[in-house]
Amino acid sequence: MNSKAISVAGAVEMIPDGARLMIGGFLGVGSPHRIIDGLVRQGRTQLTVIANDTARPGVGIGKLIEAKLVRKAVVSHIGTNPETQRQMIAGDLEVELVPQGTLAECIRAAGHGLGGVLTPTGIGTIVAEGKRTVEIDGQPYLLELPVKADFALLAAQRADYQGNLEYALTARNFNPVMAMAATTVIAEPKEIVPVGMIPPDAVVTPYVLVDYLIERERMHGR
Amino acid sequence: MDAKGLIARRVALELRSGDLVNLGIGLPTTVANYLPPGVKVWFQSENGLIGMQALPAEGLEDESLTDAGAGYVGAIPGACSFDSCISFGLIRGGHLDVTVLGGLQVDEAGRLANWMVPGKLVPGMGGAMDLVTGARRVIVAMTHTAKGDPKILKRCTLPLTSVRRVSLVVTELAVIEPTAEGLVLREVAPGVTTEQVIAVTEATLTIPASVPEMPIVEAVLREPA
Repeated sequence: MNSKAISVAGAVEMIPDGARLMIGGFLGVGSPHRIIDGLVRQGRTQLTVIANDTARPGVGIGKLIEAKLVRKAVVSHIGTNPETQRQMIAGDLEVELVPQGTLAECIRAAGHGLGGVLTPTGIGTIVAEGKRTVEIDGQPYLLELPVKADFALLAAQRADYQGNLEYALTARNFNPVMAMAATTVIAEPKEIVPVGMIPPDAVVTPYVLVDYLIERERMHGR
Repeated sequence: MDAKGLIARRVALELRSGDLVNLGIGLPTTVANYLPPGVKVWFQSENGLIGMQALPAEGLEDESLTDAGAGYVGAIPGACSFDSCISFGLIRGGHLDVTVLGGLQVDEAGRLANWMVPGKLVPGMGGAMDLVTGARRVIVAMTHTAKGDPKILKRCTLPLTSVRRVSLVVTELAVIEPTAEGLVLREVAPGVTTEQVIAVTEATLTIPASVPEMPIVEAVLREPA
């Protein structure tokens, strides 16, 4: 069979400097940690990172920030990472802050072929600056535009050989929606199991969205 | 009793059995410790969980079961997990009964500012704008003043979190309800006079003929959420 499995190094090889990346995870929970380590090791620079947050120094996306690989971050929160704030204030890192629900919906819009999102979140705040508003039934809504990426780098609990993905608890977060919204989707599952082991009802991300699976780390075998 | 403990105790009385509740970080999180006996609510964590509870014991941490601060938690029977779209659909779609959030400022229009201090503190709004805009009830739990300066103002000077009028403001001195006609003083803390509240409030308060004393529940033994 044609395998989707690739090494971490092989995955990073595909990602050019300046790439626009979506990275799953919430403060590092449910982030593809091995791919992130590979990006640091192989030194991909000038990245745009679209994610919930920049985690903490030394954790998940925080490692990319510390290594100064990120040119722009599109995130909802940077409060847990003083290094992100320091680089932002120094002018080395552009940070676009987006309300968390709006970020999720803008990614969803891109992945679902929608032209945008109308939301009351952000109306009358600095989030609304420079954006169009639309009135529906007398209520103002902010028009937020779709957000897409070149690559989605995801973490999953299990994949089957075909690439169907299953997630665990709060490690799910942004991973499923990001799987919809990027040109190339690379998933880093904790396990890769034979087709059929993940029951159809338990599949959250259908295989068709997943281009590559990161090979598992091997503890034994020959 | 310290100011924050008093605020958390009073806010806890606002929660009803069956409510789906999202508690912000800091003071709001401690509200879970003071639920009156018999009141059972469900706590949502916006990173994708309903039904979280404190980690039952050390050593049981699961890398994939965390709260919105990435702290390890447990989950009660009936808990459910979901992705960020569903999580914020619950918040933005009006399915969340109550959110309790901290505040930097509230103004006469009942508008909250709680997410940034330009030039000083720019953590990002996280889910705060969605919570304030979308939850059915928004309760602000905050100290009445900051280093002696009023936080309840005629008009917020810090960037707003939302233009939506919050439902209730609970401080260590008072319970204030923002209404279409302005801020109404509903309760004062034990031993506090209406005059004392007015003195440390910049916004105009409407004072009803009767302003009862804040009811306070005793702490009950309960694991923090």
